[in-house]
Amino acid sequence: MKKIITLIMVLLVGAGFAFANGSSESGPIKIGVAGPQSGDLASYGIPTAKAAQIVVDEVNAAGGVLGRQIELVVEDDVCKPEVATNTASKLVGEGVVGVIGHICSGATKAAMGTYNESKIPAISPSATNPALTQSGDYPNFFRTIASDDAQARTEVDFVLDTLGLTKIAVLHDKGDYGKGLAEFAKKFLEADSRAEVVLFEGITPGAVDYSAVINKIKSSGAQAVIFGGYHPEASKIVGQMKKRKMDVVFVSDDGVKDDTFIKVAGEYAEGVYASGPKDTAGNPLAKKYEKAHQDKFGEAPGPFYQNAVSATLALINAIKVAESTDYDAVTNALRTSLVDTPLGKIKFDDRGDAIGVGFAMYQVQNGVYVELK
Amino acid sequence: MDLSYFFELFLGGMTRGSIYALIALGYTMVYGIIKLINFAHGEIYMIGAFTALIISSVLGFTGMNSILILVISGVLAIFFSSAYGVTMEKIAYKPLREAPRLSALISAIGMSMFLQNYVLLAQTPDFLPFPTLIPDFKFLKPIEKILNSTQLVILVTTAVVMILLTILIKFTRTGKAMRATSQDAKMAQLLGININRVITITFIIGSATAAIGGVLISSHTGQLNYYIGFIAGIKAFVAAVLGGIGSIPGAVLGSFVLGWTESFGTGYISSDYEDVFAFIFLLVILIFRPSGILGRSQNDKV
Amino acid sequence: MSNLVKYFSLKEIKKSLVITLWFMVLTFPIMVIKVNTIENTVIWRWGYLAIIAIGSFILSTLWRYMMERKSLQAGKESKISLQQKLREMGEKNPRLKRGALAAVVVLVVAYPFATSMYQTGIMTTALMYVVLGLGLNIVVGLGGLLHLGYAAFYAVGAYTYALLHVHFGIGFWVSLPIGAGLATILGILLAIPVLRLRGDYLAIVTLGFGEIVRIILENWNDFSYGPSGIANIPRPTLFGIHFKLQQATIFIYFIMVALVVFTIFIVRRLENSRMGRTWIAMREDEIASQSMGIDITKTKVTTFAIGAFWAGMIGVVFAAKTTFINPASFTLWESIIILCIVVIGGMGSIFGVVVGAGILILLPEYLRAFSQYRMLLFGAILVLMMVFRPGGIVTNVRKVYRIDKEKTGEAE
Repeated sequence: MKKIITLIMVLLVGAGFAFANGSSESGPIKIGVAGPQSGDLASYGIPTAKAAQIVVDEVNAAGGVLGRQIELVVEDDVCKPEVATNTASKLVGEGVVGVIGHICSGATKAAMGTYNESKIPAISPSATNPALTQSGDYPNFFRTIASDDAQARTEVDFVLDTLGLTKIAVLHDKGDYGKGLAEFAKKFLEADSRAEVVLFEGITPGAVDYSAVINKIKSSGAQAVIFGGYHPEASKIVGQMKKRKMDVVFVSDDGVKDDTFIKVAGEYAEGVYASGPKDTAGNPLAKKYEKAHQDKFGEAPGPFYQNAVSATLALINAIKVAESTDYDAVTNALRTSLVDTPLGKIKFDDRGDAIGVGFAMYQVQNGVYVELK
Repeated sequence: MDLSYFFELFLGGMTRGSIYALIALGYTMVYGIIKLINFAHGEIYMIGAFTALIISSVLGFTGMNSILILVISGVLAIFFSSAYGVTMEKIAYKPLREAPRLSALISAIGMSMFLQNYVLLAQTPDFLPFPTLIPDFKFLKPIEKILNSTQLVILVTTAVVMILLTILIKFTRTGKAMRATSQDAKMAQLLGININRVITITFIIGSATAAIGGVLISSHTGQLNYYIGFIAGIKAFVAAVLGGIGSIPGAVLGSFVLGWTESFGTGYISSDYEDVFAFIFLLVILIFRPSGILGRSQNDKV
Repeated sequence: MSNLVKYFSLKEIKKSLVITLWFMVLTFPIMVIKVNTIENTVIWRWGYLAIIAIGSFILSTLWRYMMERKSLQAGKESKISLQQKLREMGEKNPRLKRGALAAVVVLVVAYPFATSMYQTGIMTTALMYVVLGLGLNIVVGLGGLLHLGYAAFYAVGAYTYALLHVHFGIGFWVSLPIGAGLATILGILLAIPVLRLRGDYLAIVTLGFGEIVRIILENWNDFSYGPSGIANIPRPTLFGIHFKLQQATIFIYFIMVALVVFTIFIVRRLENSRMGRTWIAMREDEIASQSMGIDITKTKVTTFAIGAFWAGMIGVVFAAKTTFINPASFTLWESIIILCIVVIGGMGSIFGVVVGAGILILLPEYLRAFSQYRMLLFGAILVLMMVFRPGGIVTNVRKVYRIDKEKTGEAE
C-alpha cells in the first residue's frame, strides 16, 4: 500500500506542474489583506482592513488603476503562524497581486515564504521584527513601520542623552515584540559605557499582581524602567509603582503609546514616556484619512491605521507607476517611486524598510501624549 | 537580602494568594460536590467583574455616592454571576451527570469558550479601565508603600469568606447535605437529600465568591477584558489542587502557598520562570502528597 | 415527531415563557448595556433584548424536545452504531465494500489536484490532527490518563527539526525519527514523577509540564531563539529534489496521508497487542489489573512514551509545513483542542478520532463565513455535542477496531 502511495505521489506531484497559477489580465485587480480579524488580537488587524477599504473605495471611485477596479480579499490569520500559511495560500489561490499584511511578525514570517515563491509583494503596516528586513530572506517584504531595533535605539538614546539616567531596569512581557525590543535595548545600553543595566526580567502577561517584580525594581536602585510590551501590563506596572510612591521614570514603546493606556492607567499615566511613529497629526493626508474613517465608521481609527493607509497607497501607486501587476515591476516601483502618504513622502529601501518613517519620543502630559522635540 | 525586602515579598505573595483563593474556593466546592473541573469557573469570575463594571459606570452617571455604587454593583455582580453559574450547570453539566467525566470536562471547556466569546462580542475585545471603587483608608497612610486599601480589603474579604464558608459547611443543614453529597451522592439521595438543590446551592455560592473576587481583583489591577478569567482560572485550579481539591481550607492554603512561591521565586531568582516555579513546586508537593497538602488520601478498592 | 405537538400546549408555552424571562434578565447587563469606560459612553441596545427573547423561547422549546427524545432513546439504546452498520453492510456485500474503499483511495489521491492549494493545506492540517488525536488517544482513551500537556511533545518535535536544521543543516527525513524519538524520551521523563498521581492531579501536573516546556522555549533564547521563533525551516524534499510551493504543499499532503495510514496501522496493532490490552486493563481498573500481574509502572510509562512519539513526529511535519515556529503555537489551548478531538470523536476509537479531527479542525475553517462568531459557535457546538452524545460521536470501542483491521488488511 505504501509503495503504491509513494508511486502515485511521485507521479501526481509531477502532474502538479500543470497547475501553475496564472493571474488574469482582465477583471478587477485583487489585493489581499491579511491579519487577525477575530480573536483577542482582532483589534490590531481590523483597522488595517478598514484602512485598505477606505483607500480602495477612493481609488475605485476615481476610476481604479490601469483602467481596472480594485477588489479587496480580506483573510483572517488570527496572528498564528500555522494559520497564516493557509491564509497565504488562500490569497495566492485567489490571484492577488499584492498583500497588505500580515500584522504579527510571527505570522508574517510564516506567510512570506508562500508569497515569495508566488512572486507577490507584501507590505506590512505593523510587523516590526528586525529580521524581516535585515536577514535578506524576504525580498518581497516591505513595511511602513520602523523596526524594533530602531525603536529601541530611540528609547535608549532618549534615556541616556536627554534624561541623563544611568541605572536602568529593562523589563519585557516575554512576547515576540516585547522581548525582542527589550533585548535590543539591553544590547545598546551595555554597549554604552555610561549606562548600567541593573535588572533584566520578563514578566508574565495577564498576572493579577506584579508586586514582586516591583519590589525587585525598587531594590535594584533603578532610575528608569524600559518596558517592552503592550499597554495592559504597562498600566498595571506603572499603577503599582506609583501606588508605592516610587520615583522611577517609565519608558516604553509603541505598544504603550496608545490612548487606551492613558485611560486605563488614569492619573498614574502622567509623565510616562513612550516611543511612537513620528507625529502624523500635522500631515494633511493623515487628517483626511482620519476624517474618512470617522465618517464611514463613526469612530476614531484603531492601531496602525495610518500605517495601513500608507501601505495601501504605496502598493496602488506602485501598480500605477509600473503600469502592470508584474512582480518585478511593482517591487521596483515600490523602491524607486516616492508616494505621498499620511506618514509623509515615502519609498522603500533595498531591504524593504520605508525611508523616512522613524520614531519620536512622547510623554503623557495632562492626559495626552505629546511629542517631545 | 534585607528583611524589609523579604517582608514586602511576603505581603505581595499574600495578596496574590488571597486573589487566587477567592477563585479557588468556587473551584474546589464544585469539584467536591460533582467531581468536575469546572473550566468555565474563571469565566464566571470574569462575568462578575464585567457586570460590576457595567453597573458601576451606569450608576456613575447618576452622580451617586461611590460607596453606594460599590455596594449596588457588588450585589448585582454576585446576583448575575450566580445566575450564570446556575444556568450553566443546568445546560452544560446536569445532562452529563451520568456521562464519562471527560465528557463533562469538554462540555466545561466548550462553555468557557462560549462565555469568553459571548462577552467579547457583546462588549469589546479591548481592555477597559475598571473604576477605583474602594476608597483610600486614612489609617493606612503610614504604610501605604507596602499595603494599600485595596490589598487590605482583598485580604480581609478572603478571610471573611473562608470563615463563613467553613461555618456554612460545618454547622448548617445545607452544609451537612453538601458534605454527604460530596462523600457519596447516590447514598445521599437515597437518604432523602435533594441532590439537585445541593448542586444548585453549590454553584450559587461558588459563583458568588468568584464574583466577589472579580470585583476586588479588577479594582486591584484597574482593568479587565474578556480573557482575564481564563488565566486566573488556571492559577486558581493549580492552587486548589495544591491544597487538595475538594477541601476548603486546602484551597485557601494552596492559594497562599502558590502566591508565596511565585512571589519569592520572582524576588530571589527571576520572574522569567515565575510559572515554572509554581508548577515545579506543585509537582514536588504532589510527589510526596499525591492528594495535595490537605487532601484526603484516596482509598483504593478493588 | 407527533409528540412535538404537545410542546404547543399552554403549559409548555408557559414553561418556555418563564425560561425566556430568565434569559432576558440573565443577559440584560452584558447584552443590552454596552459601556466604554475609555470614552465614558453607555449605549443601550434594546433590540438585543428582543432577539434574546425570541431566540431563547424557540431554543428552550427545542431543547426540551431534544432532551426528551434523548431520554426516550436512552431506554432502547440501539446498540448499532453507524460504523457497525457500515461494517455489516460490508460483510453482506464484499463488492460494495471494496468499491467504497477504492472510492476513498481515489478521493484521497485526487483531492489535492481537484481542489486548491488552500484546501490541500487545510486538509493536511486536519490529517496532522488525526495523528495527534490518535497519539493522545493512547494516553487518554486507552490508558485512561487525563493528559493536558500534550502540546509539549508536539513542540519538541517541531523544535527538534528547526534546531537540527539551523545548527547542523539536517533535513526533514532524518529529523522525523529523531523528533519522534526525543518526544518519546521526554514522555518517559514525564511519566516517572507522576506515576503515583491519578485523575485530576495527573491532569494538573501534565498541564504544568506543558506550560513549563513552553516557558522554557520562550525564555531560553540561546537555545530556542525565544519568542521570536525560528524562520525559514525548509519544506520536505524527496531524494534531494526541492519542490516549488504548490508541489511542496501537495507533497506534504501525501506525506501526511502516508503517516496517517502508518499510524492507524501501528495503533491498531498496538491495541490488539499484549501491551495495548494492559493499557485498557489499567484504564478499567488500576488495582485489579495490578493484582492480575500487570506491571502498572511499566504500563504507565509505555502509554506516555508511545503517546508522545506521534506528537514528536507530527511536530516535525508541523515545522516543515509552516516553515516558521515560535512557542506561541504550543499553548495550553493546543493541548485542549487535541483532547477535544479525542473526546468528541469517542474515546478509544480510531474511527472516532478521525471523525473528531475532521469536525474540530475543518469546522472552524468552514465557519470562517461567520468570522467573528466562529469561536462562539465552536464553544456552543462542543457543549451541545457532549450533552447529546456524551460518549462521543463514535462509541462502542471494541467493535471499532475490527472494521479497521479489515480495511488495513486489505489495503496492504
